[in-house]
Amino acid sequence: MVTLQSELDILDSEFKANADSMLESLQKVRDVEQKQMQTEQKHLDQARKKGKLLPRERLSLLLDPGSPFVEIGSIAGYGMYDDSDGSYSGGSLITGIGYVSGRRVIVVIWNYAIKGGTITPVNVRKMLRVQEIAFQTKLPIVSCHESGGGNLDSAAAASDPWIPALFTDGGRIYGQQAELSARGIPQITIAHGNATAGGAYQVALSDYIILVRNQTQLFLAGPPLLKAGTGEDATAEELGGAEMHATMSGTGEFLAEDDADAIRIAREVVARLPRDPKIEREPIREPLFDPNELLGIYPADRRKPVRAQEIIARLVDGSEFLEFETEIDPGTVCGQAWLYGRKVGILSNNGPITPAGANKAAKFIQLCDQALIPLIFLQNTTGFLVGTDVERRGQVKHSAKLIQAVANTRMPKLTILVGNAYGAGNYAMASRALKPQFVFAWPTARQALMGGAQAAKVMRIVNEGKWAKKRIEPTPEMIQNLEQMGQMIEFGLEMISEAMSCSARLMDDGIIDPRDTRRLLGFLLDTAMEARERTPVTTSHGVQRL
Amino acid sequence: MAFSKILIANRGEIALRVIRSARRLGYRTVAVYSEADAKALHVQAADEAVCIGPAPVGESYLKVDAILAAAKATGADAVHPGYGFLSENEGFAAACAAAGITFIGPDAAAIELMGNKRAAKLAVMKYDVPVVPGYQGADQSDEVLLTEARKIGVPIMVKAAAGGGGRGMRLVQDEADLSAAIQSARSEATNAFGSGELILEKAVMNGRHVEIQIFGDRHGNVIHLGERDCSVQRRHQKIVEESPSPAVDEALRAKMGAAAVNAGRSCNYVGAGTVEFILGDNGEFYFLEMNTRLQVEHPVTEMVTGLDLVEWQLRVARGEPLPLTQEQVRFSGHAIEVRLYAEDPAQNFLPQTGRVLRWSLPSDADTRNDHCVYEGLDISPHYDPMLAKVIVHGTTREDARRKLVAALERTTLLGLNTNNRYLIDVLDHPVFAAGKATTAFIGEHMGDVKPTEPSALAWGLAALVRYLAAGRQVAVAPGFIGWRTARPVPAWFRLEAGEKRHFVEVNAEGQGRFGARYAIGIRGLKGQFPEGDPETVSVEITAAGERDLAFLVDGVRRQVAFAVDGNAVYLDIDHGNRVIRDVTSEPTQKAGAAGSGIIKAPMDGKVVKVAAAEGQAVRKGELLGVIEAMKMEHAIKADVDGVVQAIKMQTGQQVKVRQVLVEISPAVPVEQ
Repeated sequence: MVTLQSELDILDSEFKANADSMLESLQKVRDVEQKQMQTEQKHLDQARKKGKLLPRERLSLLLDPGSPFVEIGSIAGYGMYDDSDGSYSGGSLITGIGYVSGRRVIVVIWNYAIKGGTITPVNVRKMLRVQEIAFQTKLPIVSCHESGGGNLDSAAAASDPWIPALFTDGGRIYGQQAELSARGIPQITIAHGNATAGGAYQVALSDYIILVRNQTQLFLAGPPLLKAGTGEDATAEELGGAEMHATMSGTGEFLAEDDADAIRIAREVVARLPRDPKIEREPIREPLFDPNELLGIYPADRRKPVRAQEIIARLVDGSEFLEFETEIDPGTVCGQAWLYGRKVGILSNNGPITPAGANKAAKFIQLCDQALIPLIFLQNTTGFLVGTDVERRGQVKHSAKLIQAVANTRMPKLTILVGNAYGAGNYAMASRALKPQFVFAWPTARQALMGGAQAAKVMRIVNEGKWAKKRIEPTPEMIQNLEQMGQMIEFGLEMISEAMSCSARLMDDGIIDPRDTRRLLGFLLDTAMEARERTPVTTSHGVQRL
Repeated sequence: MAFSKILIANRGEIALRVIRSARRLGYRTVAVYSEADAKALHVQAADEAVCIGPAPVGESYLKVDAILAAAKATGADAVHPGYGFLSENEGFAAACAAAGITFIGPDAAAIELMGNKRAAKLAVMKYDVPVVPGYQGADQSDEVLLTEARKIGVPIMVKAAAGGGGRGMRLVQDEADLSAAIQSARSEATNAFGSGELILEKAVMNGRHVEIQIFGDRHGNVIHLGERDCSVQRRHQKIVEESPSPAVDEALRAKMGAAAVNAGRSCNYVGAGTVEFILGDNGEFYFLEMNTRLQVEHPVTEMVTGLDLVEWQLRVARGEPLPLTQEQVRFSGHAIEVRLYAEDPAQNFLPQTGRVLRWSLPSDADTRNDHCVYEGLDISPHYDPMLAKVIVHGTTREDARRKLVAALERTTLLGLNTNNRYLIDVLDHPVFAAGKATTAFIGEHMGDVKPTEPSALAWGLAALVRYLAAGRQVAVAPGFIGWRTARPVPAWFRLEAGEKRHFVEVNAEGQGRFGARYAIGIRGLKGQFPEGDPETVSVEITAAGERDLAFLVDGVRRQVAFAVDGNAVYLDIDHGNRVIRDVTSEPTQKAGAAGSGIIKAPMDGKVVKVAAAEGQAVRKGELLGVIEAMKMEHAIKADVDGVVQAIKMQTGQQVKVRQVLVEISPAVPVEQ
């Protein structure tokens, strides 16, 4: 077996500087998560007065002790709409994959501390992503629900012309809840508090509902809307209290005494679901090189190259990597390895993708598909190589072919955005656009149509071309304006291509500590491969509340 | 009398002890056992075993005909009675003789004589054995006893003539209390031994309990093997025994030894016997009684003499002369024994029942342990709660004491509480360490044992045990346990130890080069919510096994043995067996509810009193009945105001732990 060698000098000051820079970027993500927690913490006294747990506390009780938890979209919405520093980010949800009662499940905690747990554009996007994961992984969804319903923030509506479409996007969530039930994927929901209108459907469309005495308020219209609509006076408890639903409407299977009791019941329900499939694996071997060294691999100076093999050597079992067609185009790296005892095909980049590289990658993907080997993309590409030479060699058709191979492979795809993820290379290396099961990013990741400097240069050339065509002699003022516009484009593009900006828009599932990469890939690989063995019983109608 | 197959009419460690020597000498062995002991070690150790009846001793180990039938069925031609049970029952010795079976012990006549304190005292007096001034006359009328008692003067002991184990015994310090003491001692003696016969003795205050091991054979030889000091007693039960006694020098040993040999001669004693004396601080000693059997504490004599007393018993029973003469007996070094009991010192030494989950005792050339315990053994309430004897030999007394403390500290027993820590505290007490402990030692120096709360570390480790066990269930590799990709999400636990409830939060802090680090926050618990500022412990796990945790705390590597049974975590920490329950997933009580009204037995035991009737209105805390478990009574009380719906227990009934005894339908609170 071929064992990778490392050329990295971990005692070198450059390695240290790289690691420091990486940690600094990572800290910015952690700070945003911290801000969310601070917002939550402000609700502590009020929550205690009502006998309630904070959203994150509910998560603590719900998860198995010692369970891993892979969070999805932790900083979704950061810097968007009325969020500035992350305090109101997260889309009013804490979501992820972890274990409950020994079973791998998707967890959805409604964060009532963030905008009252209301349904916002970010919230809808994040819920849709969570449901997409549920369809792909066939994992049950356990929800701790408490939502103020649709967000009626007029300022946000004014700033975003797509807001009115939220009404239909949100509706997709309900439809998909019904579809999930029909596909035999159970949804277990605790109605911890407010669940009005849309919120009520999120609860009511679940397979199991747990009501909480004196807390649940589940109705189509709350007391104010009822008064406005029909003039009827009713208390929230009369309209949709836990006892009412448990004894009269039948919208709920279990009546809990408090938050903790409800979570206990949810755990007991999950304990009665089928066990996770057991999948054979080879004995697990640690890499020869410490995965913690991944911190210092990505250069603080982005123009410097990264050898993909250095990363792979710190990810795979025994640092063993059977590289495919090494002599064809070393710029595109393909090879097979074991990860936590599971076979994987790995694709990565040591340079731009050439026609030969695209060919090689496409063929490699087809071979993996034939051998039922899942794929891992370690994306670090500035894109497909351009120029007359490569165009003559069919760069367009070869790159199109690679996109076809990536899109159509039947095996799960997992993507880590390591650094650059630009242009069509972003698609070809299985970014979100090509529907990999999961996409996670290092803090060094940059996703965009093209680099900012490059875009500014293109804009300058196009403008200068126009002037030349119209025989305009640019004044110093025009040249200065063009320069300024270029700087703005460069700055703007750089900003929106930043990892945190992309992660805020759910272009990935989260930003991770590079040291977690091996574990994360192992966890996601298990999740994806188990899904192939899960055989939920499908029905045409789902479980209906009769 | 030749014999080749020995039936051991006993159970527990002594049955194993006898089997060990018998087997070494080439004898075949037969065990007897009650239904409750079917899985006991002595049953497995013997060549053959016979079940002789149900659990209660009266229906099994005390049943002479059943034991003789077992001997007949297996062809056993000798019986070793061990200690307790039938060992000092002259009827049993006689029945063995009548059946042609060798009774490994003295003749029935000697047992009978020494079994009666009054007659024994009279017998040994004829052989110039010093006895405590007192009255042992046949006239048992209250007037005579009172007159004699006044003649002797206080302090005075009123004792049941047939007594033992402290029952039917009263110390009277004030003459005014004499009459009452005589009445109560007589009634207790009548109940316990079927005889209300009493003797009176001058109480020797601050004396030591010093006993001499003697041996006699059928060739007229009687010798002694030195003394044992058993002064450390709790409620007349010996818990620490040693040889030699710190208060006995060679001259005194010779004097006491001679007196003991004379006591043996007074009853033509054959085999192993023990003559108990009370030794005053002035060096005067008085005969108390003679035990006509092998003693529990015989190993200390074995360790200082290098002899096997069971071997001697077998030789004597075959008719061989004693292997040594008095002059040939040599004493070397010092030996101390402690008795490890299944009892909880913090609950007034309440006997403990339950399953042994972890068990290990140190053993080396100088450390001997005689026990009957194994992991998985259920300690039942039917028999003596002694689990093991740990005996250590040292060149000096201090060597032995230090080694014994160390041995106890390295003893692990999880699953039920023991007196392990209490024994360590006794051995470490300066008065005991100085060799100054008298029979008053425990009363004067040990005081009551208060229940203690688990330390923060214990709470934290209990949580961590649960955390790691649950994590291991789902983790592909150790690094996955508690791993988070984004913000920290701690694991929450609600834990309970006795009445105390705590909230514990565990945060994985990452994998270091040496292991996994965890920050643990411990707070009080009010309802479901943590309260107060957390006490934090930072623990780095360096090795996590299924039964042991090694960890760094404050830079020191320590380890703890643990066992898990259901939601209970047993830790070998603080004071031995520490049980902390994980009640995180307990259902929340409905608001305002008091007890459930379903009253369950707190332990295995026998119902000795039913104090309520069906239909009766009871208040919370009212007595409903009494359960007796191993001589201790436990009150069964109502946990709610209401009306007794059903009584599901009867006087005399044996009940299991958590069995429903009473159902109360709770009273509906009246709206004000």
